[in-house]
Amino acid sequence: MSAPDGNGGEKLVGTRVPRPNVRRLIHGKGRYTDDISVPGMVHVAFVRSPYGHARIKGIDTSAAAAADGVVRVFTGAEISAVFEPLVSVAGHRPGHKSAPQHVVAVDKVSFQGEPVAAVVADSRANAEDAADLVMVDWEELPVVMGIEEALSPDSPPIFPDLGDNVCFQHTVDTGDAAKALAEAAIVVEHDFEFGRHSAVTLESRSVLADWDPVDGRLDVFQSHQSPYQMQDVYSRHLGIPEHKVRVTTPDVGGGFGLKINVHGDELAAAAISKILCRPVKFTADRIESFLADCQTRDHIATAKLGVDADGRITVMDFENAMSAGAYTAYIRFGLAEGMMAIMSAAAPYSLSDYHGRTRVAYVNKGIVGMFRGVGVPIGCAVTEVLIDKAAAAAKIDPVEFRRKNYHREDAYPLTSVGGYHAYHMSLERCLDACTGIMDYPALRTEQAALREKGVYRGIGVATFVEAAAFGPIYYGPSGARVSTQDGCTVKLEPSGVVRCNTSVTDQGQGTLTGIAQIVADELGIGMDRIEVLAGDSATTPYGGGAWASRGMTIGGEAALRAGRALKENILDLAATILQTSAETLTLAGGEVRDKETGEARMDLAEIGRIGYYRQDTLPPGTQPELMVTRHFVPDAAYYVANGVHGAHVEVDIETGFVNILGWWVADDCGRVINPLLVDEQIRGGVIQGIGNALYEHTQYDAGGQMLNATLADYLLPMAGEMPDIRIAHVETPVPDTQLGANGIGESGTIGAITVLWCAINDALRPLGAEVTKQPFTPEHILNVLAQAQARVRG
Amino acid sequence: MTVMSEETAQISLTVNGEPVTRDVPVRRHLVDFLRLDLELTGSHLGCEHGVCGACTVRVDGVAVRGCLMLAVQADGCDVVTIEGLSRSGEVADLQDAFEVRNAAQCGYCTPGMVMTAAELLAAGGVPDRADIRDHLSGNLCRCTGYQAIVDAVEETAKARAGR
Repeated sequence: MSAPDGNGGEKLVGTRVPRPNVRRLIHGKGRYTDDISVPGMVHVAFVRSPYGHARIKGIDTSAAAAADGVVRVFTGAEISAVFEPLVSVAGHRPGHKSAPQHVVAVDKVSFQGEPVAAVVADSRANAEDAADLVMVDWEELPVVMGIEEALSPDSPPIFPDLGDNVCFQHTVDTGDAAKALAEAAIVVEHDFEFGRHSAVTLESRSVLADWDPVDGRLDVFQSHQSPYQMQDVYSRHLGIPEHKVRVTTPDVGGGFGLKINVHGDELAAAAISKILCRPVKFTADRIESFLADCQTRDHIATAKLGVDADGRITVMDFENAMSAGAYTAYIRFGLAEGMMAIMSAAAPYSLSDYHGRTRVAYVNKGIVGMFRGVGVPIGCAVTEVLIDKAAAAAKIDPVEFRRKNYHREDAYPLTSVGGYHAYHMSLERCLDACTGIMDYPALRTEQAALREKGVYRGIGVATFVEAAAFGPIYYGPSGARVSTQDGCTVKLEPSGVVRCNTSVTDQGQGTLTGIAQIVADELGIGMDRIEVLAGDSATTPYGGGAWASRGMTIGGEAALRAGRALKENILDLAATILQTSAETLTLAGGEVRDKETGEARMDLAEIGRIGYYRQDTLPPGTQPELMVTRHFVPDAAYYVANGVHGAHVEVDIETGFVNILGWWVADDCGRVINPLLVDEQIRGGVIQGIGNALYEHTQYDAGGQMLNATLADYLLPMAGEMPDIRIAHVETPVPDTQLGANGIGESGTIGAITVLWCAINDALRPLGAEVTKQPFTPEHILNVLAQAQARVRG
Repeated sequence: MTVMSEETAQISLTVNGEPVTRDVPVRRHLVDFLRLDLELTGSHLGCEHGVCGACTVRVDGVAVRGCLMLAVQADGCDVVTIEGLSRSGEVADLQDAFEVRNAAQCGYCTPGMVMTAAELLAAGGVPDRADIRDHLSGNLCRCTGYQAIVDAVEETAKARAGR
């Protein structure tokens, strides 16, 4: 471990500090929600809809209620008496509509897996046994499964009160796209389908809710990314004053955005605890995770790009449609999945005319919520596929075509045609860095030689953007109670060590390690003298938790400001003790030192001893303040991170299999706090993106049944097929913060999905074929090859 | 309809070196027995299908899926979980390498991953990266991207071989 210890005055920020809190996880000492048991705890299992759409004519719970170990069986009507239905309508999006969602269905169900009854028993096994005995009298209703079908005026509305199945639509028009397309020298067009998939956190969703009727207090342990958000939801929906609700998020076994969503079954567990006045645990098993977890993507699109005779992009047209599932996701809407797609499209490029439209449909599938990347992979992939097609049509190398069409350095700050505000993007530097480490010219030479031998290798080079760390302008006007502010409390303990509480949460990203590095640097101490606590709504500053790659950008800035403020207080106290001025002192090596000479004046333990125990030795009126809190909320709507991915693949044109040969990333996430952890965020994100693009697909049949709701049927990337990934960093500090960090959590996934489209199409281009449908299954690749062959034969 | 859910049987086995005798429901999986009856929560449940490997434990010297074996089948067996493996110090070097290389993020897959890697390392020699990837391909990690895990296993194997 070569990281500096802070004692020699070196900075921790920017170095490869291992995570102090990972050791216990490696030793099996993790404490995840399902590991926690409390006295008197009972377990809930849900009866879930076997149908995509059906009316509940009646429920007979008598046999279940009489089964071994059963405490009580609840129907939706009983739960809804204590838990208001969820209504998720964005106040700032005119025309958006969504039906009320009961946390346990009352009259009808609208997707397979929707809870219809809850069985509470002394063990999960007994609860599941009894759930099988609940008899529901169903009347099946016709399902609406396709996006186009749902958007058509003839589609029978899933909720008749809404009038139709159109959830929302939004258009962005910049310039005159139709006119510009008509005038373009080259126009390329492509159809896209991005299959619906699931987050598949390895630890499934889990909640343990404990209502104490004596104290009027609800204690909740929950596998979640934001204890603050859930405190607010429980407080409002169960009518409990907020200071009597405490949500703790212990170790969380993967979040990826899934666990920022609000799921009805988790809320039902809390409602049941309030009714029964005892602790209730719910842990989703894998099949219910597939059926009832918020899902993601599910887009179709057609897009065009126009280029002038000089090879400059002039115009893009992007028609997008997606499905929301049966309801708009509570409380964050999920509308960003479509909005971000049309906003992020074309963001790296200098063009004048743009038309983007997204339409969102209600279908009888699981609810689409938040997931890593939120719509941006769609915007980036659509753009980059068109860029490659246009470069081929213009007979310009795709790397040079990108360079030629990026925004000019003197154009910043700028607003892209889709509406992305960027203070800066280091596009050319990332392009050079990525093509440099991948040795792009050598790969092209090898590719040409191998094609002669019937080997089809593809080289993808793709640009991505990531809007990260959203500020209050984004959610504020929507009416959703989403905090974009984060806070940090830093406390000097009497022995001179430091405790830090933060409102950002860590599901393994390493955020808390970054916070520790930042605060330790401000206070001149090593990692061995600081501990960071998070994930407790009662004891930490209020904030947002983990979402939109904000941990370092916002939470890190709050930590820096808190650390700096505590340093001032420590130096003020030291100056009083030493009878000198605070300006002459600084902190380093765990000591108060003379700023000029570096001479040690006193150590932090002495500050703590006097500050807490020997105030009698201080001048009258001295008030040592050795604990401070600072918050940070950005002025910006978000910060745009960017980068370039390179991928090298081989497509077996006999079998349709894709073999990944190499992967390179040049990423600009602003100031890199910890390269060890940033690199692993990128690598993990890339592998998840590869999974999304090559394997993952939640498949429903025409009747609303999910076909692959097990890990044996739903394919995920395993170690054997995945590449090693080489990474280069470009650092452009964000302008409004003292720390300068930008988001990193989602960029790997966005870039990976995007570049795989490009790499596979690059392999297939000489055969006249191109992929249009994600995931790129062998079947799809063989189909597009066969279609290309048929076109050649005429 | 009557549910005969809780028919039990008595089993005696060794868990992490200690003798254990318990009445267990005959339908209870080994990993549920370890987690619920013995409160050894280091072994995790990911899929209950034998696919993800989060529940991997050692039974009579072999890495097995705790969700594909019933507790009653472990009667008379020697079971080692991540808690026992950690305490023994057998893979302290591998666990250090995981920490330094950041080969764990959320940590949910990690106990199973360490169990599986321990089996490969115990076989001796220095496996190449493809062999390591192949051996770990029954353990799903949703966070890391695997490269850091492969690095940690490779570095440990090299260090043990004195290279």
